[in-house]
Amino acid sequence: MSNNLRFKTSKFIDETYRVSFKFNNKTYFGFKGDTLSSALLANGIHLVGRSFKYHRPRGIMTAGSEEPNAIIQLHDNTSRTEPNVRATEVEIYEGLVASSQNCWPSVNFDIGGINNLLSPILPAGFYYKTFMWPASFWKKYEYFIRKSAGLGKSPKVADPDIYEHNYIHCDVLVIGAGISGIMAAKMAAKNGFKTLLVDEKSYLGGSSIYDNSEFSKINNQITSSWLEKEINEISKLENLEIKTRTSVAAFHGYNFLLARENLTDHLPINQRENKVRQRLLKIRAKKVITATGSIERPLIFDNNDRPGILLSSAIKKYIDLYGVACGENNVLFTNNDTAYETAMSLIQRGIKINAIIDNREQIDSKISYEVEKNNIKIYKGYTVVDTYGYRRINKISIMKLSKDGQTVIGDKTKLNCDCLGISGGWTPAVHLFTQSGGKLKFRDEDQVFIPEVYPSDQISIGSCNGNFGLKEIVNNTIFSIKKFLDIENSEYKNIEIISGSNLSKRNIWLLPSDKSIGKTKSFIDYQNDATSKDIKLALREGFRSIEHVKRYTTTGMGTDQGKLGNMHALGIISETAGTKMGEHGTTTFRPPYTPLTFGTIVGRNVGEFFDIFRRTPIHDWHVANNAKFENVGQWKRAWYYPKNNENMHQAVQRESKAARDSAGILDASTLGKIDIQGTDASEFLNRVYTNAWSKLAVGKCRYGLMLNEDGMVYDDGVTTRLGENHYIMTTTTGGAANVLGKLEDYLQTEWPELDVYLSSVTDHYATISVCGPNSKKIVSKVIPDLDLSDEKFPHMSFKNAKIDNIRCRVMRISFTGEHSYEINIQANYGKSVWEKCMEAGKDFNITPYGTETMHLLRAEKGFIIVGQDTDATMTPIDLQMDWIVSKKKFDFIGKRSLYRSDTIREDRKQLVGLLTENPDDVLEEGAQIVADVKKTPIEMLGHVTSSYYSPNLKKSIALGVVKGGKNMLGQKLIISMENKNINVTVADPVFLDKEGERLNAKL
Amino acid sequence: MFLINCPFCGEREQSEFKAGGEAHIVRPKQPTELSDDEWAEYLFIRKNIKGVQFERWNHVHGCRKWFNMIRDTSNDQIKAVYKMGEKPPVK
Ligand SMILES: [Zn+2]
Repeated sequence: MSNNLRFKTSKFIDETYRVSFKFNNKTYFGFKGDTLSSALLANGIHLVGRSFKYHRPRGIMTAGSEEPNAIIQLHDNTSRTEPNVRATEVEIYEGLVASSQNCWPSVNFDIGGINNLLSPILPAGFYYKTFMWPASFWKKYEYFIRKSAGLGKSPKVADPDIYEHNYIHCDVLVIGAGISGIMAAKMAAKNGFKTLLVDEKSYLGGSSIYDNSEFSKINNQITSSWLEKEINEISKLENLEIKTRTSVAAFHGYNFLLARENLTDHLPINQRENKVRQRLLKIRAKKVITATGSIERPLIFDNNDRPGILLSSAIKKYIDLYGVACGENNVLFTNNDTAYETAMSLIQRGIKINAIIDNREQIDSKISYEVEKNNIKIYKGYTVVDTYGYRRINKISIMKLSKDGQTVIGDKTKLNCDCLGISGGWTPAVHLFTQSGGKLKFRDEDQVFIPEVYPSDQISIGSCNGNFGLKEIVNNTIFSIKKFLDIENSEYKNIEIISGSNLSKRNIWLLPSDKSIGKTKSFIDYQNDATSKDIKLALREGFRSIEHVKRYTTTGMGTDQGKLGNMHALGIISETAGTKMGEHGTTTFRPPYTPLTFGTIVGRNVGEFFDIFRRTPIHDWHVANNAKFENVGQWKRAWYYPKNNENMHQAVQRESKAARDSAGILDASTLGKIDIQGTDASEFLNRVYTNAWSKLAVGKCRYGLMLNEDGMVYDDGVTTRLGENHYIMTTTTGGAANVLGKLEDYLQTEWPELDVYLSSVTDHYATISVCGPNSKKIVSKVIPDLDLSDEKFPHMSFKNAKIDNIRCRVMRISFTGEHSYEINIQANYGKSVWEKCMEAGKDFNITPYGTETMHLLRAEKGFIIVGQDTDATMTPIDLQMDWIVSKKKFDFIGKRSLYRSDTIREDRKQLVGLLTENPDDVLEEGAQIVADVKKTPIEMLGHVTSSYYSPNLKKSIALGVVKGGKNMLGQKLIISMENKNINVTVADPVFLDKEGERLNAKL
Repeated sequence: MFLINCPFCGEREQSEFKAGGEAHIVRPKQPTELSDDEWAEYLFIRKNIKGVQFERWNHVHGCRKWFNMIRDTSNDQIKAVYKMGEKPPVK
């Protein structure tokens, strides 16, 4: 395209390395070293997107991470596609594909552009107002709004890239490798501090590295040359680690910071294979030096958003760093000296400057005189009042400002241009400082917020600390860092600095216009299309707090968090409301500073590593035998074992029947096991369980119920007395860790006098439960030496035994109501003992069953499952388990709460059995239980907690909680479903073998 | 994220710890003798101050010890950590 836009003299651009890329389906060329934005500008492309609300054409505005407009979709239509990427941050590589977003059907013809014409009906709060009234309207708008708005497309398939997390510990972290950051890093590293220096860009040196002006010199050298030598020196320091392409996303308390390191985004796709794409660095620094620089402010005037309008500093960067001219006929509009530095860069390359508009009446700096000497017309005390050109700026009109700057006077002058550089001064980048909890103060002279109170061991230096001008930056950096690090040797002595610019500025937040404000579109937040008019409307409608105005107008709520315009919003609010700047504080900047990809956030924790899962020692056998698994806490538990294409129901019915008719086998290894020892172990159990433990004989087992201090059931399980001062407690699978934590808490904080020691031994043992009428025969084959007679080994007792010389514990306990044994053996023998049991049970049709059958079998017996039949609102009394609550014990956890006025209410929800009128109707767990469906509102009495079809009883059974259910035995209730009502009768929760004949049968 | 000085292990990341609510609330020795209101006071009532707060913390992914911490909730400054049973070193 226009070859005259590229100057092949930049040392940052490798002009021998041509790179082709696609933007909006057209192929372009750039050079290695270009960003997508510099390459587009070199091709004469400014229009890159449409604005969010009005769909106005928008162009590249900046040259950094603060970019509000040039937001693009990268890697369109591939698995790597990524929305909301700032073109100013994308380093181009061979094969890059990018497209505009937020335009439909194309960036040049965008149907949403009609919103621009409709803008009188799209004022601030439009979306809120539309939502509110009339609600039906929204449905009509929605289709079109959804189609034409939105920020990019999210990927539809898994991210193919690899991400990781790294921890970094350092003495000093320096954020930002501009001139002050480089100096600070050198001072720290040379004085023995282990230092990390990070910068979001691919190069070091910040904006000074391309400051080739004769007007700013350090020790009589051009700034960029001086700085290059410094960079050269620090890159050899052993104490210093430097990370480029690393953006600090968050600065948390106690100097904990998160940063994203980009490792492959600048490489051609085929060079990225098997490499880590991005790293999330978790940095803990003893001291933090923030040197994040500042962001140039735009100026707020009518139509200040056309493509071709850029920050003045961005124009300079495109020329000096990338060798790219943004336009061939430039106008600069400024309120300070910065624009003159840009002008000098343009003049040096022979690029035309049509005029400079400066809102100051008087300009008195060396650099401005030099610009004037080059015959550039400077309009002093003028302002831009309007701009023209739809897809690219082609004209501006300017007017003289009144003395007070509140109005415009005189005639309108029109000037041609294809590029307008604007500079409203600089805003210190205090985002990270405020994230860390730092407090800002407002400096009236130049209208900036600067750091005041540091919440941790940190300091801000350079322009993010409000030090503008080379001399001030360098001197302040040396002084502050010496003090901050408490060092004698600054490494910098007798530094001489010359600077051509002065710091004078004429700050006018909203520039006056010859039109009434209602007729103007002066954009404050480019990304969210918030204008000065919107802010004024919000104030008229009564909003005062900056946080409210922000939300109502959506100012600062885009992906750029309003890095450019937030200050203007504050300024206009205070001007309009007549308050003092700084009085209302500023809006809150939240992490991340620039958006992070989900990949970076999750790192390696994807797929099977998203969460750890635990396997029992018998897991492989379950897999080999076609088990389906369910997640219980972190465990994978065998759920059921389908045979010959059985579905879950068929498998569970078969397993349940086999367990009662002959023999079943269950892997119960996941149950929590806590080894309890000590001379006070019995007393301890007395205090934590509701029932009494002192009299439990050695070798006996007992079921226990544990409450919270509020009286609600917390956990349950069988505990066995292994010795005089030795117990083993079992807990629910999901509750194991919490129960241990709770017991430790009481031992350490309430009863430190008790001699009790707890160890979690869940993983140490495999637990195999064999149940059913043939269980005794099977276990006797596996452990022939063990006397299984009922006299020697009755229900609820335990024996030490040996299987092939390996010691094991056998408990005769039952969760099914069947005669059953639980073999506990060192975990690594679990699978072989399981296989032995299977072999021994062959003749008895021993049937492995999973958690679903276990649940069904226990429900037939009315045994509760904590967490399924209970939530944190059920007392043992509510569960009709009064029998387990000791009346004699002086105290146990939760005892006092069992007779609070609330817990003794008769109409509490209580656990009952439920039988359906039609025995084939199986209720849905969670279904609501009601009594009267005619009376509205229908009173909800409770809900179904467990429900199954019992193959042993040949009918549907369910457990549920019902208000006052205890006294409702035999009463008819209704389960209200979406399409029908199911009639049920309240029943005893023990459906099968209430007398325990199966358990005690002589086998 | 805090850096917490466990009285048993030294400085560790906050992610190794679990907070356990207000400190120095002693479980009544004879709960059965308390009225509903007195028991409720122990069971439910906790302070939630903006400012200096006495808290229980547990080094759950470390030594598993409970200890006390004095923290200013307005700026997250940790004033002190001390063992269970010890008197607060600062007010
Ligand atoms: Zn510890």
